Amino acid sequence: MEQDVSASKTLTGAQILIESLKKEGVDKVFGYPGGAILDIYEALYHETEIKHYLVRHEQAAVHAAEGYARVSGKCGVAIVTSGPGATNTVTGIANAYLDGYPIVVFTGQVSANLIGNDAFQEADIVGITRACCKHNYLVKDIKDLTRTIKEAFHIATTGKPGPVVVDLAKNIMTATCEFEYPDKVNLQGYKPNYKGNTKQITQAVQLLCRAKRPVIIAGGGVLLSDACNELRELAKRLEIPVANTLMGVGTYPANDYLSLGMLGMHGNYWANFAVNDCDVLLAIGTRFNDRITGSLKKFAQDAKIIHIDIDPCSISKNVQVDIPIVGDAKLTLQTMLKELDSNHYDVNETFKKMWFQVIKEWKTKRAIPEIRSEKLHAHTVLSGIYEYTKDMNPIVTTEVGQHQMWTVQAFNFNEPRKLVTSGGLGTMGFGFPAAMGAVLGQGNPVICIAGDGSIQMNIQELMTCVDYKLPVKVMIMDNGYLGMVRQWQEKLYDGHYSQTKISSPDYVKLAEAYGAKGIRVEKEEEIVPALKEAFEYDGPVFIDFIIEPLEMVYPWVLSGKPLDNVLLSDKG
Amino acid sequence: MRHILSILTKNETGVISRVSNLFSGRGYSIESITASTTLDKEHSKITIVTTGDEKVIEQITKQLHRLIPIIKITEMKPDNSICHELMFVKIKVKDDDRAEIIKLIELFGAKILNISQREYIIQAVGDENHIKSLIELLKPIGIKEIICSGAVAIGRQ
Repeated sequence: MEQDVSASKTLTGAQILIESLKKEGVDKVFGYPGGAILDIYEALYHETEIKHYLVRHEQAAVHAAEGYARVSGKCGVAIVTSGPGATNTVTGIANAYLDGYPIVVFTGQVSANLIGNDAFQEADIVGITRACCKHNYLVKDIKDLTRTIKEAFHIATTGKPGPVVVDLAKNIMTATCEFEYPDKVNLQGYKPNYKGNTKQITQAVQLLCRAKRPVIIAGGGVLLSDACNELRELAKRLEIPVANTLMGVGTYPANDYLSLGMLGMHGNYWANFAVNDCDVLLAIGTRFNDRITGSLKKFAQDAKIIHIDIDPCSISKNVQVDIPIVGDAKLTLQTMLKELDSNHYDVNETFKKMWFQVIKEWKTKRAIPEIRSEKLHAHTVLSGIYEYTKDMNPIVTTEVGQHQMWTVQAFNFNEPRKLVTSGGLGTMGFGFPAAMGAVLGQGNPVICIAGDGSIQMNIQELMTCVDYKLPVKVMIMDNGYLGMVRQWQEKLYDGHYSQTKISSPDYVKLAEAYGAKGIRVEKEEEIVPALKEAFEYDGPVFIDFIIEPLEMVYPWVLSGKPLDNVLLSDKG
Repeated sequence: MRHILSILTKNETGVISRVSNLFSGRGYSIESITASTTLDKEHSKITIVTTGDEKVIEQITKQLHRLIPIIKITEMKPDNSICHELMFVKIKVKDDDRAEIIKLIELFGAKILNISQREYIIQAVGDENHIKSLIELLKPIGIKEIICSGAVAIGRQ
């Protein structure tokens, strides 16, 4: 007979962990066992409601948990052992921290009585991760376990979301205690402010209505607070063009006439010009990262800036703002819309027409890829993938580098949570494991667009995909270089390609060796048949696209230059 | 500009490390840091003396608020607080100087904690200027060693 452990009340620490996860609605975890967490894996052995996915490297467990969180909107969970298991998670934790996605990482720790003795596989992971997570805990007493787990999930998923690390001393996993999961958390020092200041909001609305050349920047915060509908309504009612950051891709539909697309270093010419020339800028859920502002001195110099963010630290950190609003994007935008309903505001049509006319002219400025060789061009490949897959409405994950920027340029994202990419930390090796998490978070189809450099950073996860039949379709933009770094060397280091030429294994044979499918594409006419074969195959596929090695990403604003110094080709 | 921040936190392991990590990680300076539990043993008070313009102090305050165990941050300004530190100073003593030393100690409300033939250990308590002036006046006599507690501050009406 199936035994309901939670009914018997007195449980071991490991059982309490599992039962607590269930209380938090967790049904999938990514992890890797080890000495310090054997008891947790013993509890998992008897577990039917929670499915554990065994990865091939702890870093991938955390990226997968983040990929899962990004597409599902739920909290991702990873479980790893102490010492090296824990230290391997650091990049994954830092990645989730910088992009603000909720994950809880459980790490094993040596027994409380051994902590500090340099015991086997001991690492001070709480000390190590302090600077790269939202909060962390070391649990040494079983009595603190349920409260800590409750707090961890609460902190990870509220306010500006982020990763929380819970380090579990081995001894508490076998200790026993009555299981009672708390309903509430009591954190005196943690009370995120969701409701923006009404007076500031009114002022913001007035300013936006008076604006002659307004622009909205939509960041990842719009996605996180589920504010896309509100953003759409506000932009439509006031006829304000919307640019987005990399994290904000899809928060405003790319095919809408008000969409300016991405701004920043490799953003659209017109998006950068519109932001730089606007007179009122409404920034929502963005921290004004240097990749979107360019030179801070020259950034939107003539604009009055309104900034909505749930994290007070983001406000006036990089860009001085005129109307700061600390609050949740959705609630704040709702209040703004109510304000528009209840008061009479006039929008000056003449000025708006002039502004859209100017933007229309900017929109003629596009980067045109130069044809250098007979080889496939990245844009040809990516627009081929986009055209073939757009009706499937896929989730697209990317690694980091040229292919990442090309993907954003080639794909039109009309919904949030469809692009999964490492923005803040820029982690090569994120996209592939994140794609596994994405499959489990939302389903099919999931495409991972990778470079030949970054795919090799977590390539071992192909085995995980094969084991669990996760049909991730990996598109490798194989140009034989660490392309983005090479591009900088080309422009700024006299073409000295220092350590950026990189070789690859035979990806077709490699995929086959793992038990997956491998396809190579070298000619344009092979693109569609290869994609057809890949999507018909029920399992993971690597497609190796051999592309022109020396292609550059344009538009390009060199680091530290003003946003309107846009290079459209090698010639400027 | 010098600023004094008084931080009320939960009294738990690692709080000082979290605070000092934040300062080093984000490139803020710490002139001094002191911490102890409050009347309520559940809480601690950390006093930090730091330097920076208004913008930096604003960021420091916001970043500190991000730390989960931190409950409240108050900037201690001269008109709304008292801020003192404690100093031990060991000085060389020559017979000719004894009278001068005694005079200074009286003037500064300081105390002699230890007397030996060749040295005195003096304890002084006061604000930054008070301590600095005493040091300047003792220098010609001969300071062997100084140790300061770092500032502690309390609000006043």
